Amino acid sequence: MRRSRRIVLAAGLLALAGGAGVLAQKQPRVIKVSARRFSFTPHEITVKKGEPVLFELTSEDIFMGMNIPDFGVRSDIVPGKTMQLALTPDKAGTFTFLCDVFCGDGHEGMSGTLVVT
Amino acid sequence: MTLDRRQFLQLAALGGGAVLASSLPGCASMGLGKASDDFYFVQLSDTHWGFNGPAVNPDARGTLPKAVAAVNALAQPPDFIIFTGDLTHTTDNPVERRKRMAEFKEVAAQLNVKTVRFMPGEHDASLDNGKAFQEFFGATHYTFDHKGVHFIVLDNVSDPAARIGDEQLGWLAQDLASQSRDARIVVFTHRPLFDLAPQWDWATRDGAKAVEMLMPFTNVTVFYGHIHQENHHMTGHIAHHSAKSLIFPLPAPMSQPKRDPLPWDPANPYRGLGFREVEAEDKGTRFGINEFPVKA
Repeated sequence: MRRSRRIVLAAGLLALAGGAGVLAQKQPRVIKVSARRFSFTPHEITVKKGEPVLFELTSEDIFMGMNIPDFGVRSDIVPGKTMQLALTPDKAGTFTFLCDVFCGDGHEGMSGTLVVT
Repeated sequence: MTLDRRQFLQLAALGGGAVLASSLPGCASMGLGKASDDFYFVQLSDTHWGFNGPAVNPDARGTLPKAVAAVNALAQPPDFIIFTGDLTHTTDNPVERRKRMAEFKEVAAQLNVKTVRFMPGEHDASLDNGKAFQEFFGATHYTFDHKGVHFIVLDNVSDPAARIGDEQLGWLAQDLASQSRDARIVVFTHRPLFDLAPQWDWATRDGAKAVEMLMPFTNVTVFYGHIHQENHHMTGHIAHHSAKSLIFPLPAPMSQPKRDPLPWDPANPYRGLGFREVEAEDKGTRFGINEFPVKA
């Protein structure tokens, strides 16, 4: 009885350790992106396929948006707030991200490049 | 010998005047169908009055007047004319915005056609939620009926996030509820209602909801602007036709990394610019499109 209890405990500890490992792996890499009319900084971002990333989005001036259409994700970017946009890219390539909230004369050029290796 | 309008267009096409009659479903070729109860309207789009960029159009203030003169010179006047948005080029300055709208309105007033309708593009409306546009041109979404065709003008630009919005979608649902399933319906929008190229912001965030509402109706055609070129697309049985601009052409969707305007070609001035006639045939169940260039 005592032996089997020890085995269960050991198995539980192993599971916890494994779980912690998985958790550690899944911690997203935080990438800060700042938006201002009419550019993103950085405007080129490189991530790895399968790598969870969390974009922390801030605006230096007005209400905007960040959209990555090829991955079907977007977020508003609200002045005075830090917005979060999670992404785990499931395909490699070079993709566009853009501001999808019209912000003035120059909005059409407000985009960046996401490189997934 | 008296030529009817269709014969005239055919001859003009032979002579290089009228350019295209699409053979897409929902868009019949010229020369087909009966002309008895038919009518036509003119679509002008994306005039961007106030734009300044000599590299893409050194005649920014002269292009729209040339198009107005060309429309006035048509052999038969259209039943009505519609401008499908981006009448003016955007500006942060509310005073300048209104100045551009006033000037645009003056030029448009030179059109010798009684009924001229307007709708906003994001350049007109997105920075003030359509306030200045409404002062000059009235409602940003509305309906009207003409010779048995029900026209719906949808506003997908007053919200800078390119949404039609639940309130307007509710209004659309209510309007459609009064229409029979075989009603002849034409929708005007500025942005495409479908995801033409979201990477270039050529989409409407909730456009699919509007398309879904229109889907049960058997005779629906959409005419829009925004992308500064012709594009013909089907969502199910619904045809979507974008119009050329009257300021600068843009590249084909996703044909290059950026959607930068195509440069002015001195050897072919006004290349890629133009307006169109839309001819309702078979009592508005089919539409023929005749493209006209801007000439120097």
